[in-house]
Amino acid sequence: MNARTKEMQVSVWRGTAAGGRYETFAVPEQENQTILDVVTWIQQYADPSLTYRFACRVGMCGSCAMMVNGTPRWTCRTHVKKVVRNGAVRIGPLRNLPVIKDLAADMDPFFDKWTAAEGRHHPGISRADPVQQIAPDNPGRVVANAGIECINCGVCYAACDTVAGNPDYLGPAALQRAWTVLNDVKDTGGQTVLDAVSGTGGCHNCHSIGSCTTCCPNELDPLAAIAGLKRETTRAYLRGRRDA
Amino acid sequence: MRRHPLWLAHLLHRISGLALALFLPVHFWVLSLAIRDTDGLNRFLTFTDLPGVKLAEFGLVFLLAVHMAGGLRLMALEHLGWTTRQKSLAAGAVGVAVLISGTFFLKAI
Amino acid sequence: MLDLRLYLLQRLSALILAPMVLGHIAVMIYAVQGGLTAGEILGRTQGSLFWALFYGNFVFVVAVHAAIGLRVVAHEWLGLRGRGLTALGWGAFWVLLVLGMNAVWAVSVP
Repeated sequence: MNARTKEMQVSVWRGTAAGGRYETFAVPEQENQTILDVVTWIQQYADPSLTYRFACRVGMCGSCAMMVNGTPRWTCRTHVKKVVRNGAVRIGPLRNLPVIKDLAADMDPFFDKWTAAEGRHHPGISRADPVQQIAPDNPGRVVANAGIECINCGVCYAACDTVAGNPDYLGPAALQRAWTVLNDVKDTGGQTVLDAVSGTGGCHNCHSIGSCTTCCPNELDPLAAIAGLKRETTRAYLRGRRDA
Repeated sequence: MRRHPLWLAHLLHRISGLALALFLPVHFWVLSLAIRDTDGLNRFLTFTDLPGVKLAEFGLVFLLAVHMAGGLRLMALEHLGWTTRQKSLAAGAVGVAVLISGTFFLKAI
Repeated sequence: MLDLRLYLLQRLSALILAPMVLGHIAVMIYAVQGGLTAGEILGRTQGSLFWALFYGNFVFVVAVHAAIGLRVVAHEWLGLRGRGLTALGWGAFWVLLVLGMNAVWAVSVP
């Protein structure tokens, strides 16, 4: 480190579910540096007890999401230059989730809701049947494709103000997966999915604020998916009443 | 994450809705004066001629118009499957509200 | 705190309210010209079945719509839930309905 190396002030959340506070570290600036690099530098050179989570470092696994200056981001794909303000940056654990320690959030509620929203495949055939042929331009397939790249990083869930105010709300990721499953031609879950997203924590709580879509690092559109669920649940409800 | 157009549209919708819900009981009470106390209602209506009160009335009409326009925007967004035009819809909703309440203001003064 | 039923009720009431709000604003813009007096208001509304029905319906739908809205805000901003939340929703509905119907009665029945 020569004399010309500049430093930035990085405040990092330290603590557990019981409580905590921001601790500031002086971290040397590099020409090319991501937020994940900064966190790693702190752990390796300043305080080895800092806890955080990462795996692939290249924006594929979705495990390094954190709050950076109040916005949820993949830290491995966030350049320091893009977010540093007046030589300072603030890094915290993902919002709307319990903290395990420091920057590692407990993802259990996130995945519990994923399950509660029936975000799984409901098969209609067995391995004895021939493989179903689905045309790529099949309308249901096209809609399902739009949301299939979700890697469960939890960024949209942390961005959602409705989740913040209403802890029972399933949230954008789980609901988008439900919409994808509902549109999957091979899935036979239909009404099961619609029922799962129609309860007190269901898609109807969404206020269309759209922070999910604004923040999604994969440029997916949970806002539109949830609007789709609102339309389909409404349609199914009205149809049910007519048939009854 | 916050302070993007749709976030602001939502906040405006919530604040206007809350304000209207709190204002309504007062509004109803004043109107019910008509039967019990016509002079009381007239005194109140004279009070509404004050410029400051005029401005508050303009505010209420604006809240009503903005809540209606914002609500129509929301339902169009949810039920017509529009996704890319949300921001212009949000801006348009506020524009319509300003136009309606502005007309009221000009007529009132 | 909206399930499908409350959501539909909120959207349905909103759809009914939209044209009524426009009508109400139009009446206001017309009425405030040249100042308001009690006599002027009552002259228009008293004994008129049309205005009694219009504003009677308006009040009922507003009470439904505002009660559901307040319920959502109370849950998200005040953390109210369970029985307290139900009580708040119904309470808001009845307060608005009774006060509103009282007002409609006052201006339409001489």
